[in-house]
Amino acid sequence: MKADETEAGGKNSSAATQMPDRVGETIFYLPSDLEVVMKRIFDAPRELVFKVYTDPQHIPNWWGPRSLTTRVDRMDVRPGGAWRYVQSGEDGTYGFHGEFLEVVPPEKLVYTFEFEGMPGHVVTETVTLEDLDGKTLVTVVSRFDTKEERDGMLSTGMESGARESWDRFEEVLQKVREGLS
Amino acid sequence: MSEDTLSTIFAALADPTRRKILALLASGEKSVSELAEPFDISLPAISRHLRVLERAGLIERRREAQWRILRLDAGPLKEASDYIAAYRRFWEASFDRLDEYLRELQEREDKHESG
Repeated sequence: MKADETEAGGKNSSAATQMPDRVGETIFYLPSDLEVVMKRIFDAPRELVFKVYTDPQHIPNWWGPRSLTTRVDRMDVRPGGAWRYVQSGEDGTYGFHGEFLEVVPPEKLVYTFEFEGMPGHVVTETVTLEDLDGKTLVTVVSRFDTKEERDGMLSTGMESGARESWDRFEEVLQKVREGLS
Repeated sequence: MSEDTLSTIFAALADPTRRKILALLASGEKSVSELAEPFDISLPAISRHLRVLERAGLIERRREAQWRILRLDAGPLKEASDYIAAYRRFWEASFDRLDEYLRELQEREDKHESG
């Protein structure tokens, strides 16, 4: 068994072309190390979807689980601008915040996302909006950034080019679950 | 979970060799040389990977006579997996609501236009 086995490569390339078949279906996959992708088609024009994403008036109407109430504490939609949403429910209050990195209406939005219950763990979300004959394909790529990575401490592994999909991770988890049961 | 623990786990999992080491350890504890055997890389390189995994709390090592024995610690892996699952649920819930909300907004607009 070689360390650079690439049997997951085929699965990777098929994952890259994964698309929802219809409105209302969410596609979710792990295309590479540290990345999670979600895709969904919305039956609305791109301008409207972008507006709902970037207007503080609209955020409380859709952001987060229905069981929680969302309040926009800060929302400065421009590169370098900060955002902070506060969610409250029966179990307490949760804060989320981040910084907008890229704002390109109506097609792209990049921002960081940090759950205050887990400080220091920053996810970078890239939201892309594509026009599909009046409908909108929304793709959210979430990158689970790491301090080690930012500091370049783990550069050898990241530059090897031998990027397997997270299928391997899933396999490990499966084995672990089997071992525990 | 403490600060950056999860980041350390994700960073440790980001490398295919380290994921393979974890997969090997999932079937039971092993010595360092047993672990190194399937790989075409040097023992010092394996040791470096092991240190990263150890720092992330994914493996534990103990000494048995002259051997260093390694075992998998499943706890942090489960935490990472749970985090991704929670993150996914969060987004799916939001997308469902966004879908409904966009419909509502457009219906309102239609009524406004026709009325």
